[in-house]
Amino acid sequence: MARYRIEIRVTPRPGILDPQGKAIHHSLHSLGWTAVEDVRVGKAIHVELVAASAGAAREEAEAMCRKLLANPVTEDFEVYQVEEAS
Amino acid sequence: MKVAVLTFPGSNCDEDLYQAVLQVGGEPAWRWHRDRGLEGVDAVLLPGGFSYGDYLRAGALARFSPVMEDVRAFAEAGGPVVGICNGFQILCEAGLLPGALIRNESLRFQSEDCLVRVERTDTLFTNAYAPREVLRIPLAHAEGNYRADAPTLERLEGEGRVLFRYVDADGDATPGANPNGSLNNIAGIVNDRGNVMGMMPHPERAMEPLLGSDDGVGVFTSLMAALAGSP
Repeated sequence: MARYRIEIRVTPRPGILDPQGKAIHHSLHSLGWTAVEDVRVGKAIHVELVAASAGAAREEAEAMCRKLLANPVTEDFEVYQVEEAS
Repeated sequence: MKVAVLTFPGSNCDEDLYQAVLQVGGEPAWRWHRDRGLEGVDAVLLPGGFSYGDYLRAGALARFSPVMEDVRAFAEAGGPVVGICNGFQILCEAGLLPGALIRNESLRFQSEDCLVRVERTDTLFTNAYAPREVLRIPLAHAEGNYRADAPTLERLEGEGRVLFRYVDADGDATPGANPNGSLNNIAGIVNDRGNVMGMMPHPERAMEPLLGSDDGVGVFTSLMAALAGSP
Protein backbone atom coordinates (compact mmCIF):
# COMPACT_ATOMS: atom_id res chain seq x y z
CA MET A 1 0.00 0.00 0.00
CA ALA A 2 1.18 3.51 -0.75
CA ARG A 3 -0.04 7.03 -0.18
CA TYR A 4 -1.20 8.89 -3.28
CA ARG A 5 -1.83 12.55 -3.85
CA ILE A 6 -4.63 13.08 -6.36
CA GLU A 7 -5.76 16.20 -8.14
CA ILE A 8 -9.34 16.19 -9.41
CA ARG A 9 -10.66 18.91 -11.69
CA VAL A 10 -14.36 19.67 -11.82
CA THR A 11 -15.49 22.05 -14.54
CA PRO A 12 -18.83 23.33 -15.87
CA ARG A 13 -19.98 21.19 -18.79
CA PRO A 14 -19.74 22.72 -22.24
CA GLY A 15 -22.94 24.58 -23.03
CA ILE A 16 -23.77 25.10 -19.35
CA LEU A 17 -23.91 28.75 -18.44
CA ASP A 18 -20.98 29.71 -16.20
CA PRO A 19 -21.88 33.05 -14.58
CA GLN A 20 -18.53 33.24 -12.75
CA GLY A 21 -16.56 32.68 -15.93
CA LYS A 22 -18.66 35.28 -17.71
CA ALA A 23 -18.05 37.89 -14.99
CA ILE A 24 -14.29 37.23 -15.01
CA HIS A 25 -14.30 37.41 -18.79
CA HIS A 26 -15.84 40.90 -18.56
CA SER A 27 -13.30 41.98 -15.94
CA LEU A 28 -10.36 40.76 -18.02
CA HIS A 29 -11.69 42.72 -20.98
CA SER A 30 -12.05 45.88 -18.97
CA LEU A 31 -8.47 45.41 -17.70
CA GLY A 32 -7.25 45.39 -21.29
CA TRP A 33 -7.06 41.69 -22.11
CA THR A 34 -9.38 42.14 -25.03
CA ALA A 35 -8.05 39.03 -26.80
CA VAL A 36 -9.71 36.80 -24.19
CA GLU A 37 -12.50 34.89 -25.92
CA ASP A 38 -13.81 32.66 -23.15
CA VAL A 39 -13.36 31.98 -19.44
CA ARG A 40 -14.69 28.97 -17.55
CA VAL A 41 -14.28 28.51 -13.80
CA GLY A 42 -14.12 25.12 -12.14
CA LYS A 43 -12.50 23.74 -9.05
CA ALA A 44 -9.48 21.65 -8.18
CA ILE A 45 -9.93 19.12 -5.40
CA HIS A 46 -6.84 17.56 -3.80
CA VAL A 47 -7.31 14.19 -2.16
CA GLU A 48 -4.72 12.10 -0.37
CA LEU A 49 -5.42 8.43 0.06
CA VAL A 50 -3.81 5.08 0.63
CA ALA A 51 -4.24 2.51 -2.15
CA ALA A 52 -2.60 -0.60 -3.55
CA SER A 53 -1.53 1.08 -6.78
CA ALA A 54 -1.80 4.29 -8.74
CA GLY A 55 -4.47 2.64 -10.89
CA ALA A 56 -6.51 1.67 -7.83
CA ALA A 57 -6.16 5.19 -6.44
CA ARG A 58 -7.44 6.61 -9.73
CA GLU A 59 -10.42 4.26 -9.74
CA GLU A 60 -11.32 5.33 -6.21
CA ALA A 61 -11.09 8.99 -7.21
CA GLU A 62 -13.34 8.42 -10.22
CA ALA A 63 -15.91 6.70 -8.02
CA MET A 64 -15.82 9.70 -5.65
CA CYS A 65 -16.46 12.03 -8.56
CA ARG A 66 -19.41 10.03 -9.81
CA LYS A 67 -21.00 9.79 -6.37
CA LEU A 68 -20.27 13.19 -4.81
CA LEU A 69 -17.60 15.48 -6.17
CA ALA A 70 -19.24 16.35 -9.50
CA ASN A 71 -22.88 16.85 -10.47
CA PRO A 72 -23.32 15.11 -13.82
CA VAL A 73 -26.11 17.52 -14.84
CA THR A 74 -23.83 20.54 -14.84
CA GLU A 75 -20.24 19.41 -14.37
CA ASP A 76 -17.52 17.29 -15.95
CA PHE A 77 -14.68 15.82 -13.94
CA GLU A 78 -11.19 14.68 -14.66
CA VAL A 79 -8.81 12.82 -12.37
CA TYR A 80 -5.98 15.03 -13.52
CA GLN A 81 -3.02 13.73 -11.62
CA VAL A 82 -2.21 10.76 -9.40
CA GLU A 83 1.23 10.83 -7.81
CA GLU A 84 2.80 8.86 -5.04
CA ALA A 85 3.28 11.02 -1.95
CA SER A 86 6.48 10.69 0.02
CA MET B 1 -52.09 15.12 9.28
CA LYS B 2 -48.57 14.53 10.46
CA VAL B 3 -45.98 16.47 8.48
CA ALA B 4 -42.28 15.89 9.10
CA VAL B 5 -40.11 19.01 8.93
CA LEU B 6 -36.48 18.06 8.39
CA THR B 7 -33.58 20.00 9.85
CA PHE B 8 -30.09 19.72 8.43
CA PRO B 9 -27.08 21.45 9.96
CA GLY B 10 -27.44 24.92 8.44
CA SER B 11 -31.19 24.82 7.73
CA ASN B 12 -32.80 28.13 8.67
CA CYS B 13 -36.39 27.99 7.41
CA ASP B 14 -37.43 24.93 9.41
CA GLU B 15 -39.17 27.01 12.11
CA ASP B 16 -41.13 28.87 9.44
CA LEU B 17 -42.21 25.59 7.85
CA TYR B 18 -43.25 24.22 11.23
CA GLN B 19 -45.40 27.32 11.82
CA ALA B 20 -46.87 27.10 8.32
CA VAL B 21 -47.99 23.52 8.95
CA LEU B 22 -49.54 24.55 12.30
CA GLN B 23 -51.32 27.46 10.65
CA VAL B 24 -53.14 25.22 8.18
CA GLY B 25 -54.15 22.74 10.87
CA GLY B 26 -51.46 20.11 10.32
CA GLU B 27 -49.45 18.35 12.97
CA PRO B 28 -45.79 19.20 12.37
CA ALA B 29 -43.05 16.87 13.62
CA TRP B 30 -39.34 17.69 13.79
CA ARG B 31 -36.86 15.33 12.20
CA TRP B 32 -33.14 15.98 12.71
CA HIS B 33 -31.06 14.89 9.75
CA ARG B 34 -29.69 11.94 11.75
CA ASP B 35 -33.11 10.75 12.91
CA ARG B 36 -34.34 7.64 11.19
CA GLY B 37 -37.85 6.46 10.42
CA LEU B 38 -40.78 8.25 8.82
CA GLU B 39 -43.45 5.78 9.97
CA GLY B 40 -46.81 7.44 10.53
CA VAL B 41 -45.76 10.55 8.62
CA ASP B 42 -48.13 11.80 5.90
CA ALA B 43 -45.80 14.28 4.19
CA VAL B 44 -42.18 15.45 4.38
CA LEU B 45 -40.91 19.03 4.06
CA LEU B 46 -37.28 19.96 3.34
CA PRO B 47 -36.57 23.53 4.46
CA GLY B 48 -34.51 26.34 3.02
CA GLY B 49 -31.19 27.41 4.43
CA PHE B 50 -27.57 26.54 3.88
CA SER B 51 -27.21 22.88 4.76
CA TYR B 52 -23.54 22.04 5.34
CA GLY B 53 -22.67 25.65 4.48
CA ASP B 54 -23.46 24.99 0.81
CA TYR B 55 -19.99 23.40 0.66
CA LEU B 56 -19.05 21.65 -2.59
CA ARG B 57 -22.49 22.43 -4.13
CA ALA B 58 -25.74 23.54 -2.52
CA GLY B 59 -27.47 20.38 -1.29
CA ALA B 60 -24.66 18.03 -2.33
CA LEU B 61 -23.71 16.97 1.19
CA ALA B 62 -27.19 17.02 2.75
CA ARG B 63 -28.40 14.44 0.26
CA PHE B 64 -26.21 11.87 2.03
CA SER B 65 -27.67 12.64 5.47
CA PRO B 66 -29.13 9.48 7.07
CA VAL B 67 -32.71 10.80 6.95
CA MET B 68 -32.49 11.11 3.17
CA GLU B 69 -32.54 7.32 2.78
CA ASP B 70 -35.94 7.36 4.46
CA VAL B 71 -37.08 10.31 2.36
CA ARG B 72 -36.15 8.38 -0.78
CA ALA B 73 -38.12 5.32 0.36
CA PHE B 74 -41.05 7.55 1.39
CA ALA B 75 -41.07 9.25 -2.02
CA GLU B 76 -40.77 5.95 -3.87
CA ALA B 77 -43.80 4.70 -1.93
CA GLY B 78 -45.74 7.71 -3.27
CA GLY B 79 -45.54 9.92 -0.16
CA PRO B 80 -45.67 13.69 -0.76
CA VAL B 81 -42.32 15.47 -0.41
CA VAL B 82 -41.77 19.22 -0.72
CA GLY B 83 -38.39 20.92 -0.92
CA ILE B 84 -38.20 24.69 -0.71
CA CYS B 85 -35.10 26.63 -1.75
CA ASN B 86 -32.22 24.61 -0.25
CA GLY B 87 -34.73 21.76 0.04
CA PHE B 88 -35.26 21.95 -3.75
CA GLN B 89 -31.48 21.90 -4.25
CA ILE B 90 -31.19 18.82 -2.01
CA LEU B 91 -33.97 16.98 -3.92
CA CYS B 92 -32.19 17.70 -7.23
CA GLU B 93 -28.84 16.53 -5.87
CA ALA B 94 -30.53 13.40 -4.54
CA GLY B 95 -31.97 12.68 -7.98
CA LEU B 96 -35.54 12.82 -6.65
CA LEU B 97 -36.11 15.75 -9.02
CA PRO B 98 -34.42 16.23 -12.41
CA GLY B 99 -31.97 19.01 -13.23
CA ALA B 100 -29.77 21.19 -11.06
CA LEU B 101 -29.69 24.66 -9.53
CA ILE B 102 -26.56 26.63 -10.29
CA ARG B 103 -25.29 30.10 -9.43
CA ASN B 104 -27.67 32.97 -10.23
CA GLU B 105 -26.89 34.63 -13.52
CA SER B 106 -26.40 37.92 -11.61
CA LEU B 107 -23.81 36.23 -9.37
CA ARG B 108 -25.64 37.96 -6.52
CA PHE B 109 -27.59 36.59 -3.62
CA GLN B 110 -31.12 37.61 -4.66
CA SER B 111 -33.38 38.51 -1.74
CA GLU B 112 -36.63 40.05 -2.87
CA ASP B 113 -40.29 39.39 -3.56
CA CYS B 114 -40.96 37.67 -6.86
CA LEU B 115 -44.11 36.94 -8.82
CA VAL B 116 -44.80 33.38 -9.85
CA ARG B 117 -47.63 32.01 -11.94
CA VAL B 118 -49.34 28.77 -10.93
CA GLU B 119 -49.08 26.61 -14.04
CA ARG B 120 -51.26 23.71 -12.86
CA THR B 121 -53.89 23.38 -10.18
CA ASP B 122 -54.56 19.63 -10.34
CA THR B 123 -51.63 18.70 -8.10
CA LEU B 124 -51.06 17.85 -4.45
CA PHE B 125 -49.33 21.19 -4.00
CA THR B 126 -51.38 23.71 -5.99
CA ASN B 127 -55.03 22.59 -5.83
CA ALA B 128 -55.98 25.58 -3.63
CA TYR B 129 -54.99 28.09 -6.32
CA ALA B 130 -56.85 29.38 -9.36
CA PRO B 131 -55.46 28.46 -12.80
CA ARG B 132 -52.68 30.88 -13.80
CA GLU B 133 -52.99 32.72 -10.50
CA VAL B 134 -50.05 35.04 -9.90
CA LEU B 135 -48.52 34.86 -6.41
CA ARG B 136 -46.23 37.29 -4.64
CA ILE B 137 -43.72 35.24 -2.68
CA PRO B 138 -40.26 36.10 -1.31
CA LEU B 139 -37.16 34.46 -2.66
CA ALA B 140 -33.71 34.39 -1.11
CA HIS B 141 -30.95 32.44 -2.78
CA ALA B 142 -27.65 32.55 -4.63
CA GLU B 143 -28.10 29.24 -6.48
CA GLY B 144 -31.58 29.21 -7.95
CA ASN B 145 -30.74 29.13 -11.63
CA TYR B 146 -32.56 26.03 -12.86
CA ARG B 147 -30.73 23.97 -15.45
CA ALA B 148 -31.55 20.71 -17.18
CA ASP B 149 -30.49 19.20 -20.49
CA ALA B 150 -32.73 19.75 -23.52
CA PRO B 151 -34.53 16.36 -23.43
CA THR B 152 -35.26 16.73 -19.71
CA LEU B 153 -36.59 20.25 -20.19
CA GLU B 154 -38.75 19.09 -23.08
CA ARG B 155 -40.17 16.31 -20.92
CA LEU B 156 -40.88 18.66 -18.02
CA GLU B 157 -42.74 21.08 -20.28
CA GLY B 158 -44.45 18.37 -22.32
CA GLU B 159 -45.76 16.59 -19.22
CA GLY B 160 -46.84 19.81 -17.52
CA ARG B 161 -44.43 19.34 -14.66
CA VAL B 162 -43.50 22.99 -14.28
CA LEU B 163 -45.76 24.13 -11.41
CA PHE B 164 -44.46 27.67 -10.88
CA ARG B 165 -42.91 30.13 -13.32
CA TYR B 166 -41.43 33.58 -12.70
CA VAL B 167 -43.65 36.21 -14.34
CA ASP B 168 -44.10 39.97 -14.55
CA ALA B 169 -47.06 41.95 -13.21
CA ASP B 170 -49.07 41.01 -16.33
CA GLY B 171 -48.47 37.32 -15.66
CA ASP B 172 -46.06 36.91 -18.57
CA ALA B 173 -42.88 34.85 -18.24
CA THR B 174 -40.55 37.51 -19.63
CA PRO B 175 -36.74 37.55 -19.34
CA GLY B 176 -37.04 40.65 -17.15
CA ALA B 177 -39.21 38.75 -14.66
CA ASN B 178 -36.58 36.03 -14.30
CA PRO B 179 -34.60 36.74 -11.12
CA ASN B 180 -31.86 34.15 -11.51
CA GLY B 181 -31.50 33.00 -15.12
CA SER B 182 -33.56 29.81 -14.76
CA LEU B 183 -34.36 28.07 -18.05
CA ASN B 184 -37.95 28.83 -19.15
CA ASN B 185 -38.38 31.00 -16.02
CA ILE B 186 -38.82 27.81 -13.98
CA ALA B 187 -39.43 28.43 -10.27
CA GLY B 188 -40.84 25.04 -9.26
CA ILE B 189 -41.31 21.53 -10.67
CA VAL B 190 -42.72 18.10 -9.76
CA ASN B 191 -41.40 14.61 -10.42
CA ASP B 192 -43.02 12.31 -12.97
CA ARG B 193 -45.29 10.68 -10.36
CA GLY B 194 -46.42 14.07 -9.12
CA ASN B 195 -45.59 13.45 -5.45
CA VAL B 196 -42.23 15.26 -5.12
CA MET B 197 -42.17 19.03 -5.59
CA GLY B 198 -39.36 21.56 -5.40
CA MET B 199 -39.54 25.33 -5.61
CA MET B 200 -37.09 28.17 -5.04
CA PRO B 201 -39.44 30.89 -3.66
CA HIS B 202 -40.52 30.63 -0.01
CA PRO B 203 -44.30 30.13 0.43
CA GLU B 204 -43.71 29.64 4.18
CA ARG B 205 -42.60 33.28 4.31
CA ALA B 206 -45.83 34.45 2.69
CA MET B 207 -48.36 33.30 5.28
CA GLU B 208 -49.61 36.62 6.75
CA PRO B 209 -50.90 39.75 4.98
CA LEU B 210 -49.37 41.74 7.85
CA LEU B 211 -45.94 40.46 6.79
CA GLY B 212 -46.41 41.39 3.14
CA SER B 213 -48.31 38.51 1.57
CA ASP B 214 -50.29 35.39 2.34
CA ASP B 215 -50.02 34.03 -1.18
CA GLY B 216 -47.95 31.09 0.06
CA VAL B 217 -50.71 29.64 2.24
CA GLY B 218 -52.19 27.77 -0.73
CA VAL B 219 -49.20 25.45 -1.03
CA PHE B 220 -49.88 24.18 2.48
CA THR B 221 -53.67 24.12 2.29
CA SER B 222 -53.33 22.23 -1.02
CA LEU B 223 -51.20 19.62 0.67
CA MET B 224 -53.63 19.34 3.61
CA ALA B 225 -56.58 18.97 1.25
CA ALA B 226 -54.73 16.32 -0.77
CA LEU B 227 -53.83 14.40 2.38
CA ALA B 228 -57.44 14.59 3.53
CA GLY B 229 -58.39 13.02 0.22
CA SER B 230 -60.26 15.96 -1.25
CA PRO B 231 -57.89 17.74 -3.60
